Amino acid sequence: MSSQAVDSTADEPVIRCESVYMIFGDNAHSMLQQANGVVDAAKFHEAGCIVGVNNASFEVYEGELLIIMGLSGSGKSTLMRCISRLNEATAGKIYIEGEDILAMNDKQLIELRRNKMGMVFQSFALLPHKTVLENIAFPLQVKGVSTQESMQRAKEMVDLVSLTGRENYFPRQLSGGQQQRVGIARSLAIEPDIWFLDEPFSALDPLIRKEMQDEFLRLQDVLGKTILFVTHDFDEALRLADRIAIMKDGIIEQLDTPANIVLNPATEYVRKFTEEVPREKVLKIKSVMDAFDPGEDFSDFDVQQDAIIETVAEAVLNAGKAVRVVDAAGETVGALHASHIVHVLFGGHTDHAAEKTS
Amino acid sequence: MIEALRQKKYLQFILLVIFFLILCVVITPSEGNWFWRLPPLIKELPLIINNGVDYVMFDWWLIDVWDPDIEEYEEKPLMNQFTRSASGVVLFMIEFVREIFLGGVKTIVTFTGWDWATENEWARWPALPWTVVAGGAAILGYALKGPRLALFVGFTFVYIAVFGQWEPSMETLSFVLIAAPMSVLLGLLLGIWAFRNKYVEMVLNPILNVMQIMPHFSYLVPVVVFFGIGDHAGAIATVIFATPPMVRLTILGLKKLSPEIAEAGLMSGCNNRQLLFKVLIPTARRDILIGVNQVIMSCLAMVVIASLIGAKGLGNNLLIALNQLRIGLALELGVCIVLIAIMLDRLSLAWADKQVDYFADLSFVERHKFSLMFGVVFIVGVLLALIGSLVFKEGFNYLYLIPHNKGITTQDFWQAGVDWVWDTFFYALKSFNEWFIVEVLVPVKSAYLAMPVAATFVLAMGIGYIVGGARVGLAVGGFLLFIALTEWWDRALITAYLMTLSVLISTFIGVVMGTLCAQNPVTTRIMLTICDTFQTFPSFIYLIPVMMLFGVTDTSVLIAIVVYATVPATRYTIQGLLSVPPQLHEAGSMSGVNRVQRYLAIELPMAFPHMALGINQTVVFALSMVIIGALIGTDDLGQLILKSLSDKDGVGNGLVLGLCVAFIGLAIDQVLRTWANQRKQALGLA
Repeated sequence: MSSQAVDSTADEPVIRCESVYMIFGDNAHSMLQQANGVVDAAKFHEAGCIVGVNNASFEVYEGELLIIMGLSGSGKSTLMRCISRLNEATAGKIYIEGEDILAMNDKQLIELRRNKMGMVFQSFALLPHKTVLENIAFPLQVKGVSTQESMQRAKEMVDLVSLTGRENYFPRQLSGGQQQRVGIARSLAIEPDIWFLDEPFSALDPLIRKEMQDEFLRLQDVLGKTILFVTHDFDEALRLADRIAIMKDGIIEQLDTPANIVLNPATEYVRKFTEEVPREKVLKIKSVMDAFDPGEDFSDFDVQQDAIIETVAEAVLNAGKAVRVVDAAGETVGALHASHIVHVLFGGHTDHAAEKTS
Repeated sequence: MIEALRQKKYLQFILLVIFFLILCVVITPSEGNWFWRLPPLIKELPLIINNGVDYVMFDWWLIDVWDPDIEEYEEKPLMNQFTRSASGVVLFMIEFVREIFLGGVKTIVTFTGWDWATENEWARWPALPWTVVAGGAAILGYALKGPRLALFVGFTFVYIAVFGQWEPSMETLSFVLIAAPMSVLLGLLLGIWAFRNKYVEMVLNPILNVMQIMPHFSYLVPVVVFFGIGDHAGAIATVIFATPPMVRLTILGLKKLSPEIAEAGLMSGCNNRQLLFKVLIPTARRDILIGVNQVIMSCLAMVVIASLIGAKGLGNNLLIALNQLRIGLALELGVCIVLIAIMLDRLSLAWADKQVDYFADLSFVERHKFSLMFGVVFIVGVLLALIGSLVFKEGFNYLYLIPHNKGITTQDFWQAGVDWVWDTFFYALKSFNEWFIVEVLVPVKSAYLAMPVAATFVLAMGIGYIVGGARVGLAVGGFLLFIALTEWWDRALITAYLMTLSVLISTFIGVVMGTLCAQNPVTTRIMLTICDTFQTFPSFIYLIPVMMLFGVTDTSVLIAIVVYATVPATRYTIQGLLSVPPQLHEAGSMSGVNRVQRYLAIELPMAFPHMALGINQTVVFALSMVIIGALIGTDDLGQLILKSLSDKDGVGNGLVLGLCVAFIGLAIDQVLRTWANQRKQALGLA
């Protein structure tokens, strides 16, 4: 994963949403106009409207993996479908690489989807009458690529998702994990710039899910796509995301890096998710390191700034001295002290508990 | 007391029945008494329909048409021209397929004219030798499924040829091969349209409801008026009859798809057309192909009925055989129809299950395996026919076309069998028949006819109200009111008497048989196979054996109805019982129930909604069979519909009578469906 993309100051984000509203119901438009930008979900509900997305504004930058996290009914899938225009947003602006997609006509939209977008679905949504190979080649054939060329490309995708040897199987002959591999291969066949994943691993068993997450990280390492990923699983979000948007009742409660969300939950709702999270499994060394002081006595090993604390904690705590922190290129960027780690991991909890009892 | 009434439905029912009986006694039968019979206020409706049809056919929207005979433009009504050209197209297609099987000159005539064809005697399309047709069909069966289907298909054609029914069978087949695709196409288009536009669906739904319960006969008269008489008219009537289930299943299949499939298609960059034809329809393929299967079955069910308006083939011969009481011949023809029905059924199902594989590279021979096989069969068949023409110098070339009724026959054997049965069991059968008619049928019939109209309404609407509230009660009342205001209320009562009596018997037999068979997986499978087979038989087939035993009486009709209508009752009972989750059985066993307790306390209530739908189907089946019973002489609505075929005011009469039958069915459907849905909801199955 490329976390530097978060810091990059690319002039134009790949996806930019400005005050997006999605309200279901016959008189959604007039209701929204009267509401003047302040949408009260309960009031709308009384009038027979359901608020899916309530004033969502955010950007996704090139190569970034943004996860939209929320429980069922929080509007996370709806928000994603607004951006892929499977749902028509009721109000707001959505730009993809600077182009206003809400203003596109059908033809432009089809062109956009044929060339720039790929999507993976929770229920896999494979075509039951087509083989693995034909399913993967489908977006290419729809686009008008010749059979030979599309089959060639589909074959490459089959190898990419490690399904070699099952090209002529039908979806019903595959396990859930294998079916989702086909779904992933299909969504990548046209080499999209933007990759949408709608709860791709939710329908899988826990063990398979873990395996698929690893597979997904491997793929993303190779491909470096701009990704919008929807999940209801907070652990999954922490594990994969560059940034997480937490949604509740259509509102984005907090949008930040996993570390910041765990350390500084913005609302009570977000805090409930983060309370149980073992921080050492989430936080990176970067978030607990101090400034580098060359005069200090350092132990004879370095740690990567992107390493998860858990993976190096034992070595650092046993070192007895400060440990040098380096970036991907091997440059020293900070120093690590055992006391700081202990404070971040265990101190926050006691503070919090004390607050509650007082 | 009032509170108890509100709570307990059976008390309401008892009260209703008491009230009904009081009304029956109190109201005196007399002409002028509206409580006894309503006045036929809509007696004129058939006439209005007739005039409307006449106007549309002969006076509406006149256009100038070039008449080549008098070499002048002539004013002709648009509708007439339209139906005439439609008839021409359909007839041409049927003749074309027919001549592929049987040879002939009409296709050539269509393009050149009679004069030219008479002058050039060589210009005749030769028939395919029957060996080639049989072999080709067997190859098709092999390609779709495998050797077993190939064997069955081959056997069917050999049977047909050997028993000398080749010509009528091919006539029937050509008729089905045109009517079925037309029906499928029409159904698919309407289904897609309704899927895309909810207003279309709203309009289509009630029409489909009525059409599916309308008796087959009712379509015939309007078709005759619009399209005339002949194979094309039969095909068009068949299409009208066979299309509704196709529309239904298309809508159902498309609606059942998960929205993610459509989204996946859209995100793959499909435009509307690609989404529909490459994603939605193929994914809904299973349901749509079940629709195709139903269409084929409906087409064969119409074979005999279509022959009433001039369709040639097995149906026509069967009708004649039945009328002449030649049971042996009827039996052989019946077997032909059943074999063709089962064959087409299996072929279409095999087609549904067939998966297309993506072959990377195959040799020329492998890729064209089946075409090559057909080529070989073709050459061998033609050679055999040539040899045949040398061997059978006199008379008929049995290796080319076996002429009608010149094959082997077992008629005499069957006739002898029937005679033997008559001789041996004459008194037993006769006394049973007489007893049944005198002691059961006649009293029930008189009881129905002795019901005052007010009492009938109270009973029917009351049941509707108790089951489903005011809405259902009013709907039932509306349906009955239409019938009561025509002049055929008494006839409708006779239809109702035959129908209710047979539904009661069928339901009883079906539930008992289904319950017994469902106790054990082997018997379950056997019973379901029997149900499948019986369902492929066109309904009139059942008339043959019962006529053999009981002659032309109500007993025959009743038994035919019972046999036919027991199938859905049995099937749904089994399926309902099988749908009870095994955890419930285990829960019951752990609570210490015995088998009978388990059945009464767990299985029956859980399976009830399913069984109610089965009874609903039983009603529909029974109703259609009651009407077909007209072919062997009943005195109900069906007989009048049959008569309207040869009546100048037939269109109106036929349609209104058909509506009466449909409304009886819809009234019962309303009540049963509501009841089943309520139980489903109460059990949390919905």
